Amino acid sequence: MAISESTREQLQQLAARYPRPRSGLMPMLHLVQSLEGEVTPEGITACADAAGVSAAEATAVASFYTMYKRRQVGQHHIGVCVNTMCGLLGGDAVYEALSERLGVGHDAPTDDGQFWLERIECQAACTHAPVMTVDWEYMDDVTPAAAVEIVDRLERGETVLSTRGPAIRDFRATEQTLAYPEDGLAAEGTPVDDKMLVGLRIAKEGGMAAPGVPAPSAPTGQEG
Amino acid sequence: MTVTNNAPSGPSPDVAGAGTDVEVAVDLITVVVDGVEMRVPKGTLAIRAAEQLGIEVPRFCDHPLLDPVAACRACLIEVEGMPKPQPACAQVLSDGMEVRTQYSSEVARVAQEGVMEFLLLNHPLDCPVCDKGGECPLQNQAMSVGRPESRFTGAKREFEKPINVSAQVLLDRERCVSCARCTRFAEQIAGDPMIELLERGAKQQVGTAADEPFDSYFSGNTVQICPVGALTSASYRFRSRPFDLVSVPTACEHCASGCSLRTDYRRGVVTRRLAWDDPDVNEEWNCDKGRFAFAYLNQGRIESPMIREHGSLRVASWPEAIDAAARGLATARGSVGVLVGGRSTVEDAYAYSRFARTALATDHIDFRARQGSAEEAAFLSSKVAGAPVSAAYDDLESAPAVLLVSLEPEDESPIVFLRLRKAARAGTQVLSVGATATRSLGKMSGRLVSARPGDEANALRSLDDETRALLGQPGAVILVGERIAGSVGAASAVLELARETGAALAWVPRRSGERGALDAGALAGLLPGGRPLTDEQARRDVAAAWGVEAADLPSEPGLIGADLLEAARDGRLSALVVGGVELADFADPGLAVAAVENADFVVSLENHHSAVTELADVVLPVAVVTEKSGTFVNWEGRPRPFGQVFRDALTMSDARVLAMVAEAMGSSLPADVASIRKEMGALGPWTGARTPAPDTAPGASADGVVIASWRQLLDSGLMQEGEPHLAATARPTVAIVSASMAAALGETVTISGPAGSVTLPVVTGDVLDRVVWVPTNSPGCHIHADLGAVPGTPVQLSAGGAA
Amino acid sequence: MPLTPVITEHWDDPELFTISGYRRHGGYRALESALTRDPDALISLVKDSGLRGRGGAGFPTGLKWSFVPQNDGKPHYLVVNADESEPGACKDIPIMLANPHALVEGVIITSYAIRAKHAFIYIRGEVPEAIRRVANAVREAREAGYLGTDIRGTGFDLDVVVHAGAGAYICGEETALLDSLEGFRGQPRLKPPFPAVAGLYASPTVINNVETICNIPYIVDRGVDWFRQFGTEKSPGFKVFAVSGHVNRPGIYEAPLGITMRELLDYAGGMRDGHQVKFWLPGGSSVPMLTADHLDIPMTYEDMAAAGTMLGTGTPMIFDETVSVVKAVTRWLEFYKHESCGKCTPCREGTYWITGTLEKFEHGHGTEQEVETLVELCGQIMGRSFCALGDAAATPYPAALKYFRDEFVAATTTSADDQFDPVASYVFAGAVAR
Repeated sequence: MAISESTREQLQQLAARYPRPRSGLMPMLHLVQSLEGEVTPEGITACADAAGVSAAEATAVASFYTMYKRRQVGQHHIGVCVNTMCGLLGGDAVYEALSERLGVGHDAPTDDGQFWLERIECQAACTHAPVMTVDWEYMDDVTPAAAVEIVDRLERGETVLSTRGPAIRDFRATEQTLAYPEDGLAAEGTPVDDKMLVGLRIAKEGGMAAPGVPAPSAPTGQEG
Repeated sequence: MTVTNNAPSGPSPDVAGAGTDVEVAVDLITVVVDGVEMRVPKGTLAIRAAEQLGIEVPRFCDHPLLDPVAACRACLIEVEGMPKPQPACAQVLSDGMEVRTQYSSEVARVAQEGVMEFLLLNHPLDCPVCDKGGECPLQNQAMSVGRPESRFTGAKREFEKPINVSAQVLLDRERCVSCARCTRFAEQIAGDPMIELLERGAKQQVGTAADEPFDSYFSGNTVQICPVGALTSASYRFRSRPFDLVSVPTACEHCASGCSLRTDYRRGVVTRRLAWDDPDVNEEWNCDKGRFAFAYLNQGRIESPMIREHGSLRVASWPEAIDAAARGLATARGSVGVLVGGRSTVEDAYAYSRFARTALATDHIDFRARQGSAEEAAFLSSKVAGAPVSAAYDDLESAPAVLLVSLEPEDESPIVFLRLRKAARAGTQVLSVGATATRSLGKMSGRLVSARPGDEANALRSLDDETRALLGQPGAVILVGERIAGSVGAASAVLELARETGAALAWVPRRSGERGALDAGALAGLLPGGRPLTDEQARRDVAAAWGVEAADLPSEPGLIGADLLEAARDGRLSALVVGGVELADFADPGLAVAAVENADFVVSLENHHSAVTELADVVLPVAVVTEKSGTFVNWEGRPRPFGQVFRDALTMSDARVLAMVAEAMGSSLPADVASIRKEMGALGPWTGARTPAPDTAPGASADGVVIASWRQLLDSGLMQEGEPHLAATARPTVAIVSASMAAALGETVTISGPAGSVTLPVVTGDVLDRVVWVPTNSPGCHIHADLGAVPGTPVQLSAGGAA
Repeated sequence: MPLTPVITEHWDDPELFTISGYRRHGGYRALESALTRDPDALISLVKDSGLRGRGGAGFPTGLKWSFVPQNDGKPHYLVVNADESEPGACKDIPIMLANPHALVEGVIITSYAIRAKHAFIYIRGEVPEAIRRVANAVREAREAGYLGTDIRGTGFDLDVVVHAGAGAYICGEETALLDSLEGFRGQPRLKPPFPAVAGLYASPTVINNVETICNIPYIVDRGVDWFRQFGTEKSPGFKVFAVSGHVNRPGIYEAPLGITMRELLDYAGGMRDGHQVKFWLPGGSSVPMLTADHLDIPMTYEDMAAAGTMLGTGTPMIFDETVSVVKAVTRWLEFYKHESCGKCTPCREGTYWITGTLEKFEHGHGTEQEVETLVELCGQIMGRSFCALGDAAATPYPAALKYFRDEFVAATTTSADDQFDPVASYVFAGAVAR
């Protein structure tokens, strides 16, 4: 797919977001990935041009970060955390179930190009282990059966809600968000869930609170 | 003169702000290395201080000319007061600091051994078939720091091998230790970041973009500085073992940058050439032409003398050929023109100069086998010939501003480019008078001073105040290229500008032999050492040195340039002596061919078959650079003497052959390099009045679309023949025009000149409107022959290849 | 020790992520106050508070700010390290999901203090929800006049850019983060120069962790004395602890520094029924593990150091006796190998070697000699790599060996799965044992 003039303009705008254009390289690569479903050599060259670097320099960056893929990812990116916490708490079984369901191994697309399966690293959600991601949106506390069902529903085109985020769109849409974070979805879903509130609720139930501002300072504490 | 007298080992002391002659105040600090107290300049790195004591700390990523990265960790040392071992390559010493290397610190020794074990982990054990084996820093340091046996029993990393990072440079990734020397060289030194570290972690590897090879003019340096056998050149790969080679220090014959080289040979054949460490000139770098273009030495050589008989050449014995040449030239004595090639050694050029004035009794001599003007000759005679160094590499580095006039250093003097880039990175403002702001100018952070081809003189005379002020700063330099000859009034304007601003002025010819030939007097009106032919005293000096009567020397300046060629063509000169000249190099190749054709008698001194040998009456084969010793004088005026690589070569230098001809004519010439150097030294440089400077009114650019052009470093040059891998890294032959012109033209353009047309792909560039840039002599575009054009020639453009 | 919700106090308000919700709970009052003060006074205030960086290293925040040269004529930058990627660390992401305006308010105050006109929030790319929540907060703050030019009529200008990463743990290392933000490969830089002097674009730069920055509004609003009521002399303040693993109620618990793991474990409902603590890590995979013998050590920077480990990110991971420590350590090393940037030899090659050997152990192969060799190899990385990633990679194995040598020796003949049925450690029912 050729890079269009409007894409080139967008790349220039991303460059202009920063004091120096090269800083825009990462969002630029997210943008071309959102448009092409992967980071192609043409996409890299277009980013390089906008960032004012050589194609080799942009290639060096694109190949350093694991989220940039150099094969078609397909409609949905499916990640399963298999780092120690998630993996040992069941992520390994989730991954195996998905691998069997999708007929594909690590970091590869399914034959029909619908899904990409990847053993991913820690998602900063160990409290919600085992964690799976669909298009990088959280699907917390999954089981093998739940994970397979998510894939089934995605395949049937049904709406799947992230456990802490909006309804699943697709891989390209998430990549678009990474280039343009203001995607209008901040109010969607329930990003603050029970596990994030567990301590607060225990504190409230137990009448525990942070101490107030000690005298003689004026009571300017942020009120509740 | 500059060759043997006052041989400048550094810059001229009369240049402000520069100089090894001047004691520079340096802050010294006291440090202790392995218990030895020493004083070093503030800012010295621990690894350099250790070197001064003869202590070699292991290292791979460290390179004195590259910014430290401290990546390989091979050089870990103990620093007093620091809890962890520190990399010596990045440890800046401070006053009182105490450091201990592996020789006095167990911490350092153990740390280094650990790193060495890790480095060898994934390194293949293919030393017996690796080109680096025998001269490999990893191999050597593994022997001194490594374990005898590996504890690693796992599988080593594997890669498909090798991959081409360019047509010339190959990469065996499994050998790479990720030291990043090559990538740092490409980015920092050459300004060509076309190779990069790709991927990450254990998969990290050097590579290029998918569709952009590492076609840097300086790519070969990465092969040389690779501390393992990861990078190899197509031309040397699997050709030889380092310990089977004989190495000889040499000087590069390709251009006037003046690189010191090392030539390695085996069984009478050059196997490779490397950049030699010469901090004053090329530092540790050279260009790919100097490194890889040497196949010509062995190809297409003329094996024996030849004489024309019944219209065709036949092999002759040396005595027969010398006799034939002497007889023919004696007949034409006084009416002979001498054309000297631009890559003659100064000794050979001197021989031509003396041979012309004595044996031939002629002053019709010119070394400029290219476009050359009388104004340029006057400029060179008045300002450059035999003159002391006006600017040197170090001066470029310290200059606040450098103005380039008709000079594209990356193509025309690559080491000048590298030094200007280094200077620019440190703050030097580079300015270029020309019609196109090239990518190369960008690498020097340079600014274009716009001038249409032909309008250079006007541009120089109407520089804005800001630019003038830049050049008025102490240490500012103006560099003038060979193409100034093609712009009327430009040389005069440059002289004026230098006078006004006080900027140092240096001439940067493209070819290695031009400065030496100028100094040797291989130009009409000019005797050796910058002596005006018309000056009585000068002629008396020279006559005395040559053992002739002053009255016997020509006293009227002879013909030069096109005048000389026209005279031969029209029969006003009856003979020509041509040494190492390619007729296609002249601005009007047709005129040059006609001159040689029409001359009654032509003697050609050549090492390769050429257009001249095709037409000559006597062909005398001469030595190539590896078969003789001699000296090139680089643009600085710095002698670059070199010795004979193949000592048993049977070929003779131009000077020796000319001496034989002279003897047969009853004249005499010194035949060997030592005698010539002695004679030139005795003569010394001229201190009297110089020939007058030119004062030519500014020319004007032609109307319509005009040609801008220069020779690319890698092009159709004959000395690049026989090295297809190098040729494949040359820049594509394209026509570069402004965006608006490109929009009107489309993908290809047909350019029509007086002699014909060429059709080339169109590339958009930062070029003035109504100017089309094309290479002078590249495959598919030889502007002299194909178009009948030189820079400034008006041409017709038509779109889309429709002629 | 009681729980003390401060940053988390209003997380149960679903509108907290909006500017109106945040302001309803007193949000941006600290900023209004800060803008009336002298920037240097704010630096002193934070210095006096004793706040230490919550990203793992625990460097005093105010001191870091004070290193920025003032009146140097160069632009200054604030960069928020929101690249939370350390295995076990899961507290910055929840903060950004629940209370993004606390981060934005902290960013504005901090930028004002260090005289930065540009701030960047570098959020790991794998968590788009955090990115959109923070970007939304930045937009709202801009619309409310807290960002832009001449903020609240003070003449102070600030632009905040939310920057998405793309998958590289190393970018949590602050100089690698800077290179990444400049559009390079995220590899760490040589120090000196330090970022406070030559950071982003070679200009003075402060890099702070999300939670650290979120402390700032509260310190500014409530004062040093209030802040120092929490924690200890050397570890003042409160901490968002994220407790994960085989506990009954994994999740977020905010408490003063100095709370013990046993107390946190109690709040978290104890270990799952019928199981005991086998080993735990106070704050991420990069800190040495501890055992049930260490549950009563106060969770402070100094006490954890004294116990031979580190507080790290303050996000304890607790594993019960069903877990194979060989497998746990192998996964961590696989992570470090995957995330090693490749720049330096010890980390790049060392993680390759160690991981390969551990994978052999996991599958029941290897020799006792190799159990010892791995200790040496970790020693060949520790303190010799370019950055702390190498040190981190060299940490888990020796720490685990200290308590579980027998398990590693056994692994040279018996696979981890044969020693420990993996299904037993799953947290869901219904999985079938092999």
